[in-house]
Amino acid sequence: MLDADFFRRWMTATAAAVEREAERLTALDSPIGDADHGSNLQRGFTAVTAILEKEAPDTPGGVLTLAGRQLISTVGGASGPLYGTLLRRTGKALGEAPEVGVPELAEALRTGVDAVMQLGGAAPGDKTMVDALVPAVDALGESFAAARAAAEEGAGATTPLQARKGRASYLGERSIGHQDPGATSSALLMAALAEAAGE
Amino acid sequence: MSDTAGGAELVGVVLVSHSAAVAASVAELATGLAGGGATAPVAPAGGVAGGGLGTSAELISAAAAAVDRGAGVAVLTDLGSAVLTVKALLAEGDELPPGTRLVDAPFVEGAVAAVVAASAGADLAAVMAAASDAYAYRKV
Repeated sequence: MLDADFFRRWMTATAAAVEREAERLTALDSPIGDADHGSNLQRGFTAVTAILEKEAPDTPGGVLTLAGRQLISTVGGASGPLYGTLLRRTGKALGEAPEVGVPELAEALRTGVDAVMQLGGAAPGDKTMVDALVPAVDALGESFAAARAAAEEGAGATTPLQARKGRASYLGERSIGHQDPGATSSALLMAALAEAAGE
Repeated sequence: MSDTAGGAELVGVVLVSHSAAVAASVAELATGLAGGGATAPVAPAGGVAGGGLGTSAELISAAAAAVDRGAGVAVLTDLGSAVLTVKALLAEGDELPPGTRLVDAPFVEGAVAAVVAASAGADLAAVMAAASDAYAYRKV
Protein backbone atom coordinates (compact mmCIF):
# COMPACT_ATOMS: atom_id res chain seq x y z
CA MET A 1 0.00 0.00 0.00
CA LEU A 2 1.10 3.58 -0.72
CA ASP A 3 0.88 6.17 2.06
CA ALA A 4 1.34 9.94 2.24
CA ASP A 5 5.10 9.50 2.67
CA PHE A 6 5.28 7.64 -0.64
CA PHE A 7 3.54 10.51 -2.42
CA ARG A 8 5.80 13.06 -0.70
CA ARG A 9 8.82 11.06 -1.93
CA TRP A 10 7.33 11.12 -5.43
CA MET A 11 7.05 14.91 -5.38
CA THR A 12 10.53 15.36 -3.87
CA ALA A 13 12.04 13.02 -6.48
CA THR A 14 10.23 14.96 -9.23
CA ALA A 15 11.60 18.25 -7.88
CA ALA A 16 15.13 16.78 -7.87
CA ALA A 17 14.73 15.44 -11.42
CA VAL A 18 13.40 18.76 -12.70
CA GLU A 19 16.29 20.56 -10.98
CA ARG A 20 18.80 18.15 -12.58
CA GLU A 21 17.20 18.32 -16.05
CA ALA A 22 16.07 21.97 -16.09
CA GLU A 23 18.64 23.03 -18.66
CA ARG A 24 17.74 20.15 -20.96
CA LEU A 25 14.00 20.92 -20.67
CA THR A 26 14.61 24.57 -21.49
CA ALA A 27 16.91 23.60 -24.38
CA LEU A 28 14.15 21.36 -25.81
CA ASP A 29 11.71 24.27 -25.36
CA SER A 30 13.96 26.70 -27.28
CA PRO A 31 13.43 25.63 -30.92
CA ILE A 32 9.67 24.99 -30.62
CA GLY A 33 8.60 26.86 -27.48
CA ASP A 34 9.48 29.95 -25.48
CA ALA A 35 12.51 28.51 -23.66
CA ASP A 36 11.08 28.58 -20.15
CA HIS A 37 9.87 25.01 -19.49
CA GLY A 38 12.80 24.02 -17.26
CA SER A 39 12.82 27.18 -15.18
CA ASN A 40 9.02 27.25 -14.86
CA LEU A 41 8.83 23.67 -13.59
CA GLN A 42 11.83 24.23 -11.34
CA ARG A 43 10.05 27.16 -9.68
CA GLY A 44 6.83 25.15 -9.40
CA PHE A 45 8.26 21.97 -7.89
CA THR A 46 10.54 23.90 -5.52
CA ALA A 47 7.36 25.58 -4.23
CA VAL A 48 5.63 22.18 -4.06
CA THR A 49 8.31 20.63 -1.82
CA ALA A 50 8.29 23.74 0.40
CA ILE A 51 4.52 23.71 0.97
CA LEU A 52 4.43 19.92 1.51
CA GLU A 53 7.04 20.35 4.22
CA LYS A 54 5.14 23.23 5.80
CA GLU A 55 1.60 21.83 5.73
CA ALA A 56 2.45 18.11 5.91
CA PRO A 57 -0.82 16.65 4.55
CA ASP A 58 -1.34 13.14 5.93
CA THR A 59 -3.15 11.40 3.06
CA PRO A 60 -2.07 10.54 -0.51
CA GLY A 61 -4.97 12.60 -1.89
CA GLY A 62 -4.02 15.53 0.36
CA VAL A 63 -0.41 15.52 -0.86
CA LEU A 64 -1.33 15.54 -4.56
CA THR A 65 -4.17 18.05 -4.22
CA LEU A 66 -1.92 20.51 -2.39
CA ALA A 67 0.91 19.95 -4.87
CA GLY A 68 -1.46 20.60 -7.78
CA ARG A 69 -2.80 23.81 -6.30
CA GLN A 70 0.73 25.01 -5.68
CA LEU A 71 1.74 24.38 -9.31
CA ILE A 72 -1.27 26.33 -10.59
CA SER A 73 -0.29 29.22 -8.28
CA THR A 74 3.44 29.40 -8.92
CA VAL A 75 4.49 28.22 -12.39
CA GLY A 76 3.44 31.13 -14.62
CA GLY A 77 3.36 29.09 -17.86
CA ALA A 78 0.98 26.56 -19.39
CA SER A 79 2.73 23.71 -17.57
CA GLY A 80 1.36 25.12 -14.26
CA PRO A 81 -2.36 24.63 -14.91
CA LEU A 82 -1.67 21.41 -16.87
CA TYR A 83 0.50 19.63 -14.26
CA GLY A 84 -1.54 21.29 -11.51
CA THR A 85 -4.73 19.82 -12.93
CA LEU A 86 -3.08 16.41 -13.36
CA LEU A 87 -2.01 16.20 -9.71
CA ARG A 88 -5.07 17.88 -8.23
CA ARG A 89 -7.56 15.68 -10.09
CA THR A 90 -5.52 12.58 -9.29
CA GLY A 91 -5.47 13.65 -5.63
CA LYS A 92 -9.20 14.31 -5.55
CA ALA A 93 -9.86 10.90 -7.12
CA LEU A 94 -7.83 9.28 -4.31
CA GLY A 95 -10.11 10.90 -1.76
CA GLU A 96 -9.22 10.84 1.92
CA ALA A 97 -7.93 7.28 2.23
CA PRO A 98 -4.79 7.10 4.43
CA GLU A 99 -3.28 4.48 2.07
CA VAL A 100 -4.03 3.49 -1.52
CA GLY A 101 -3.13 0.51 -3.69
CA VAL A 102 -1.45 0.62 -7.09
CA PRO A 103 -4.73 -0.15 -8.94
CA GLU A 104 -6.40 2.83 -7.18
CA LEU A 105 -3.45 5.05 -8.11
CA ALA A 106 -3.61 3.90 -11.75
CA GLU A 107 -7.32 4.64 -11.89
CA ALA A 108 -6.89 8.05 -10.22
CA LEU A 109 -4.04 8.97 -12.57
CA ARG A 110 -6.25 8.12 -15.52
CA THR A 111 -8.84 10.57 -14.18
CA GLY A 112 -6.06 13.17 -13.92
CA VAL A 113 -4.79 12.55 -17.45
CA ASP A 114 -8.36 12.77 -18.79
CA ALA A 115 -8.71 16.16 -17.06
CA VAL A 116 -5.46 17.35 -18.67
CA MET A 117 -6.72 16.27 -22.09
CA GLN A 118 -9.97 18.11 -21.50
CA LEU A 119 -8.25 21.28 -20.22
CA GLY A 120 -5.77 21.53 -23.07
CA GLY A 121 -7.93 19.92 -25.74
CA ALA A 122 -5.06 17.59 -26.65
CA ALA A 123 -5.31 13.98 -27.83
CA PRO A 124 -2.58 11.35 -28.20
CA GLY A 125 -0.43 12.16 -31.24
CA ASP A 126 -0.66 15.95 -30.84
CA LYS A 127 2.98 16.10 -29.59
CA THR A 128 2.20 17.00 -25.97
CA MET A 129 2.64 15.63 -22.44
CA VAL A 130 -0.35 13.39 -23.18
CA ASP A 131 1.90 11.26 -25.45
CA ALA A 132 3.99 10.25 -22.42
CA LEU A 133 1.23 10.13 -19.80
CA VAL A 134 -1.31 7.93 -21.57
CA PRO A 135 1.06 4.99 -22.25
CA ALA A 136 2.51 5.36 -18.73
CA VAL A 137 -0.90 5.06 -17.09
CA ASP A 138 -1.70 2.09 -19.33
CA ALA A 139 1.51 0.36 -18.19
CA LEU A 140 1.12 1.15 -14.49
CA GLY A 141 -0.98 -1.98 -13.97
CA GLU A 142 2.13 -3.97 -14.83
CA SER A 143 4.74 -2.15 -12.70
CA PHE A 144 6.16 1.28 -11.86
CA ALA A 145 9.22 0.44 -13.95
CA ALA A 146 6.99 -0.40 -16.92
CA ALA A 147 5.20 2.96 -16.53
CA ARG A 148 8.55 4.78 -16.52
CA ALA A 149 9.71 2.93 -19.65
CA ALA A 150 6.40 3.60 -21.42
CA ALA A 151 6.58 7.33 -20.61
CA GLU A 152 10.16 7.56 -21.87
CA GLU A 153 9.25 5.73 -25.05
CA GLY A 154 6.19 7.94 -25.51
CA ALA A 155 8.28 11.10 -25.06
CA GLY A 156 10.86 9.88 -27.57
CA ALA A 157 8.11 9.07 -30.06
CA THR A 158 7.01 12.74 -30.14
CA THR A 159 10.12 13.72 -32.16
CA PRO A 160 8.74 12.93 -35.66
CA LEU A 161 5.29 14.34 -34.83
CA GLN A 162 3.93 17.72 -35.93
CA ALA A 163 2.66 19.79 -32.99
CA ARG A 164 -1.06 20.43 -32.98
CA LYS A 165 -1.37 22.21 -29.61
CA GLY A 166 0.27 25.17 -27.92
CA ARG A 167 2.88 27.58 -29.19
CA ALA A 168 4.76 24.84 -31.10
CA SER A 169 1.70 24.35 -33.34
CA TYR A 170 2.29 27.82 -34.86
CA LEU A 171 5.47 26.38 -36.40
CA GLY A 172 3.57 23.79 -38.45
CA GLU A 173 5.94 21.33 -40.12
CA ARG A 174 8.95 23.01 -38.53
CA SER A 175 7.93 21.48 -35.21
CA ILE A 176 8.85 18.06 -36.67
CA GLY A 177 12.21 16.66 -35.55
CA HIS A 178 12.15 18.03 -31.99
CA GLN A 179 11.23 16.02 -28.90
CA ASP A 180 8.34 17.65 -27.04
CA PRO A 181 9.45 19.32 -23.77
CA GLY A 182 6.14 18.60 -22.00
CA ALA A 183 6.28 14.90 -22.88
CA THR A 184 9.89 14.89 -21.67
CA SER A 185 9.00 16.40 -18.28
CA SER A 186 6.08 13.96 -18.00
CA ALA A 187 8.61 11.14 -18.43
CA LEU A 188 10.60 12.66 -15.54
CA LEU A 189 7.44 12.65 -13.41
CA MET A 190 6.87 8.95 -14.13
CA ALA A 191 10.54 8.13 -13.54
CA ALA A 192 10.27 9.86 -10.16
CA LEU A 193 7.23 7.73 -9.35
CA ALA A 194 9.24 4.57 -10.04
CA GLU A 195 12.09 5.98 -7.97
CA ALA A 196 9.72 6.61 -5.02
CA ALA A 197 8.61 2.98 -5.33
CA GLY A 198 12.23 1.78 -5.33
CA GLU A 199 11.99 0.39 -8.86
CA MET B 1 -19.34 57.16 -5.07
CA SER B 2 -21.16 54.15 -6.39
CA ASP B 3 -20.48 51.66 -9.16
CA THR B 4 -24.15 51.23 -9.85
CA ALA B 5 -26.03 52.61 -12.83
CA GLY B 6 -29.78 52.78 -12.54
CA GLY B 7 -29.65 50.87 -9.28
CA ALA B 8 -28.34 47.58 -10.72
CA GLU B 9 -24.89 46.25 -9.94
CA LEU B 10 -22.50 46.19 -12.88
CA VAL B 11 -20.66 43.17 -14.28
CA GLY B 12 -16.91 43.32 -13.68
CA VAL B 13 -14.31 42.69 -16.41
CA VAL B 14 -10.87 41.12 -15.90
CA LEU B 15 -8.25 41.29 -18.67
CA VAL B 16 -5.57 38.59 -18.52
CA SER B 17 -2.47 38.90 -20.72
CA HIS B 18 1.04 37.44 -20.67
CA SER B 19 2.22 41.06 -20.56
CA ALA B 20 1.41 43.51 -17.75
CA ALA B 21 1.72 46.37 -20.22
CA VAL B 22 -0.73 44.77 -22.68
CA ALA B 23 -3.31 44.03 -19.97
CA ALA B 24 -3.08 47.55 -18.52
CA SER B 25 -3.18 49.23 -21.94
CA VAL B 26 -6.17 47.23 -23.15
CA ALA B 27 -7.97 48.07 -19.88
CA GLU B 28 -7.21 51.76 -20.48
CA LEU B 29 -8.32 51.52 -24.12
CA ALA B 30 -11.57 49.72 -23.33
CA THR B 31 -12.44 52.08 -20.48
CA GLY B 32 -11.63 55.09 -22.66
CA LEU B 33 -13.77 53.86 -25.54
CA ALA B 34 -16.65 53.08 -23.19
CA GLY B 35 -17.09 56.82 -23.07
CA GLY B 36 -17.82 59.41 -20.45
CA GLY B 37 -19.52 58.84 -17.16
CA ALA B 38 -19.13 55.89 -14.83
CA THR B 39 -17.80 52.73 -16.45
CA ALA B 40 -17.99 49.15 -15.28
CA PRO B 41 -15.17 48.00 -12.98
CA VAL B 42 -12.22 46.75 -15.05
CA ALA B 43 -8.98 45.21 -13.75
CA PRO B 44 -5.89 44.06 -15.65
CA ALA B 45 -4.05 40.88 -14.60
CA GLY B 46 -0.92 40.92 -16.71
CA GLY B 47 2.37 39.05 -16.53
CA VAL B 48 3.79 37.35 -13.47
CA ALA B 49 4.64 38.79 -10.07
CA GLY B 50 8.04 40.40 -10.50
CA GLY B 51 7.25 41.75 -13.94
CA GLY B 52 8.11 38.98 -16.45
CA LEU B 53 5.93 37.59 -19.21
CA GLY B 54 3.55 34.84 -18.15
CA THR B 55 0.35 34.20 -16.23
CA SER B 56 -0.20 34.68 -12.51
CA ALA B 57 -3.05 32.84 -10.79
CA GLU B 58 -2.72 35.21 -7.85
CA LEU B 59 -3.04 38.36 -9.98
CA ILE B 60 -6.10 36.86 -11.69
CA SER B 61 -7.78 35.99 -8.38
CA ALA B 62 -7.03 39.45 -6.97
CA ALA B 63 -8.32 41.21 -10.11
CA ALA B 64 -11.55 39.18 -10.09
CA ALA B 65 -12.14 39.95 -6.41
CA ALA B 66 -11.49 43.65 -7.07
CA VAL B 67 -14.14 43.98 -9.82
CA ASP B 68 -16.78 41.69 -8.28
CA ARG B 69 -19.92 43.66 -7.44
CA GLY B 70 -22.15 40.59 -7.21
CA ALA B 71 -23.37 40.73 -10.83
CA GLY B 72 -20.71 38.38 -12.21
CA VAL B 73 -17.22 38.75 -13.61
CA ALA B 74 -16.29 38.35 -17.28
CA VAL B 75 -12.68 37.23 -17.79
CA LEU B 76 -10.99 37.79 -21.17
CA THR B 77 -7.58 36.30 -21.92
CA ASP B 78 -4.93 36.41 -24.60
CA LEU B 79 -3.65 32.85 -25.21
CA GLY B 80 -1.99 29.68 -23.95
CA SER B 81 -1.31 29.70 -20.22
CA ALA B 82 -3.69 32.66 -19.71
CA VAL B 83 -6.59 30.54 -20.98
CA LEU B 84 -5.47 27.39 -19.17
CA THR B 85 -4.86 29.15 -15.84
CA VAL B 86 -8.33 30.73 -15.81
CA LYS B 87 -9.90 27.37 -16.69
CA ALA B 88 -7.93 25.63 -13.95
CA LEU B 89 -8.95 28.29 -11.40
CA LEU B 90 -12.61 27.96 -12.42
CA ALA B 91 -12.32 24.18 -11.96
CA GLU B 92 -10.99 24.72 -8.42
CA GLY B 93 -14.40 26.06 -7.47
CA ASP B 94 -13.38 28.51 -4.75
CA GLU B 95 -10.54 30.55 -6.27
CA LEU B 96 -12.71 33.06 -8.15
CA PRO B 97 -15.92 34.89 -7.12
CA PRO B 98 -19.21 33.10 -7.84
CA GLY B 99 -20.48 34.06 -11.29
CA THR B 100 -17.02 34.33 -12.83
CA ARG B 101 -16.88 33.19 -16.48
CA LEU B 102 -14.14 32.80 -19.07
CA VAL B 103 -15.31 34.61 -22.22
CA ASP B 104 -14.53 33.19 -25.67
CA ALA B 105 -13.58 36.44 -27.42
CA PRO B 106 -10.73 38.25 -29.19
CA PHE B 107 -8.72 40.07 -26.53
CA VAL B 108 -8.74 43.72 -27.66
CA GLU B 109 -12.02 43.92 -29.53
CA GLY B 110 -13.74 41.69 -27.00
CA ALA B 111 -12.52 43.83 -24.11
CA VAL B 112 -13.93 46.98 -25.67
CA ALA B 113 -17.27 45.29 -26.37
CA ALA B 114 -17.43 43.81 -22.86
CA VAL B 115 -16.66 47.08 -21.08
CA VAL B 116 -19.08 49.07 -23.24
CA ALA B 117 -21.87 46.54 -22.60
CA ALA B 118 -21.10 46.19 -18.89
CA SER B 119 -20.97 49.96 -18.44
CA ALA B 120 -24.41 50.23 -20.03
CA GLY B 121 -25.75 47.88 -17.36
CA ALA B 122 -25.91 44.66 -19.42
CA ASP B 123 -26.07 41.43 -17.41
CA LEU B 124 -23.31 38.80 -17.50
CA ALA B 125 -24.82 36.80 -20.38
CA ALA B 126 -25.21 39.96 -22.49
CA VAL B 127 -21.66 41.12 -21.69
CA MET B 128 -20.30 37.71 -22.74
CA ALA B 129 -22.38 37.72 -25.93
CA ALA B 130 -21.19 41.23 -26.84
CA ALA B 131 -17.57 40.21 -26.39
CA SER B 132 -17.94 36.95 -28.35
CA ASP B 133 -19.73 38.80 -31.15
CA ALA B 134 -16.50 40.72 -31.72
CA TYR B 135 -15.23 37.59 -33.55
CA ALA B 136 -17.80 38.31 -36.27
CA TYR B 137 -16.43 41.75 -37.08
CA ARG B 138 -14.35 41.19 -40.23
CA LYS B 139 -11.80 43.80 -41.21
CA VAL B 140 -11.39 42.96 -44.88
